[in-house]
Amino acid sequence: MRVSMKLEMKDTPGQLVSVLTPISECGGNIIAVIHQRDPDSDSGVLDVQIVLDLPEGRLDDLVAQIKRRGVTITRIGKERLFLQRSLLMIGHIMHTDISDTVDQIDRTGFAEVSELSLVMPSINERSSARITLKTATAEDMSSAVALLRKVSDEKEILIVEPLEECG
Amino acid sequence: MRIALLGFGSVGKGVAEVVQEKGLGITVTGIADSRSGTIDPAGIDLQAAMDRKDRTGLCGDISLSPLDVVDGAEYDALVEVTPTRIIDGEPALTHIVHALSRGKHVVTSNKGPIALAHRRLRALAESHGVQLRYEATVCGAIPVLHVLQHDLLGNEVRALHGVMNGTCNFILTRMEDEGLTYDQALAEAREMGYAEADPTYDVKGVDAALKLVILANTIWDLGVTLDDVDTTGIDLITPEAIQLACDRETTIRLIAEAIPSKGLLRVSPRIIPRSHPLLVEGTLNAVTLHTDLAGELTFIGKGAGSVETASAVIGDLLYLGEHHAGAH
Repeated sequence: MRVSMKLEMKDTPGQLVSVLTPISECGGNIIAVIHQRDPDSDSGVLDVQIVLDLPEGRLDDLVAQIKRRGVTITRIGKERLFLQRSLLMIGHIMHTDISDTVDQIDRTGFAEVSELSLVMPSINERSSARITLKTATAEDMSSAVALLRKVSDEKEILIVEPLEECG
Repeated sequence: MRIALLGFGSVGKGVAEVVQEKGLGITVTGIADSRSGTIDPAGIDLQAAMDRKDRTGLCGDISLSPLDVVDGAEYDALVEVTPTRIIDGEPALTHIVHALSRGKHVVTSNKGPIALAHRRLRALAESHGVQLRYEATVCGAIPVLHVLQHDLLGNEVRALHGVMNGTCNFILTRMEDEGLTYDQALAEAREMGYAEADPTYDVKGVDAALKLVILANTIWDLGVTLDDVDTTGIDLITPEAIQLACDRETTIRLIAEAIPSKGLLRVSPRIIPRSHPLLVEGTLNAVTLHTDLAGELTFIGKGAGSVETASAVIGDLLYLGEHHAGAH
């Protein structure tokens, strides 16, 4: 799960670290820390925005721990499935039961089909579709794409995947 | 440097034209096509040979076989530019084995023998103290093997991606630009001379897979063959699918991909962003190397053509002349 939090804390040494410590204790992975220090302000208050990945079920615990440290959480946003990837499908997509194809992805519990655009040029011709998958993690995405490839292989549908950048 | 030219089609004649025009210190002492051969230790009149080939379809005397030229002519390097036969690499494989066994350098554009028998041929060359060079087998005029073997010393290549088949790239470009169907774009490619009468090897991704095998075996010594490449062609791509990709500022290209750390060797149509460095138009080829020190390097150039392929052959020959002259 990806969580974004807006925090208000005292602008004193050690405050930020005291927030970051419980994040790692909850198994979280910090994606970004954005400081918003206003140079003209002497309010003694610091606004910090933190984006992190957190295992399922740990958010309440994390919020409690942060509050205990005297830090105010002004806003919290979460998205469970924030990774998305669009692929193309070519073949007899309707006649091989597209709802079943979508169901098989949705039933995994870790992936969802969030978009499907279908073009059918004429009856009995192969149709083409763009399908967008959403998952929480890169591993889940690999599994979801592998599943879509397997289902499509059985239905003789060609899958065109995006070229992923690699390091 | 004296060379024997095996194969006198598009690439062979391209090499002959360049040698005739530029000289480059190269003397051709033997030429053979599939049905005839000619040998002259003093140097063959290349214009006469090309004229004869155009007029009669033969470059020389039918009493001389290609193997007679390989075994009998006096040369420093054999230039093997006969057409690729994927099944067994012949007759090029035999030509190359004979030349290496005679202690002659070999320069080839023929993918068959290199994809099928790279380790064996390399060992044979080493044991006879000669060089086997094959720049022209991958990505035509792009000097990717030279870059890998000489200019990126000290780098570890972690992965590579490439657009390695000009025919497929031309077809996909035309489908995108004009909304043509696959069959229409293929017919146009044939008309322009970009596709063979039987385009199977190109459009099914086999040609790109061969090049991937050659690169993977050269860079990582993986010892892989065509069967190890997960290969999907472009013959099922529809203009509607390309349009769906274009709606998102992306398009479709046939991409060859090797990531040894993931055990991945794959040729398949892929969605790539319009801004991607591998996105080239028409018959161009492109290859990206991912390295640890130099980062990403992308090379773009002509992947086929008589003089363009000859450029890679000539480059290999002149490299041999500079670095391995007088070995035999």
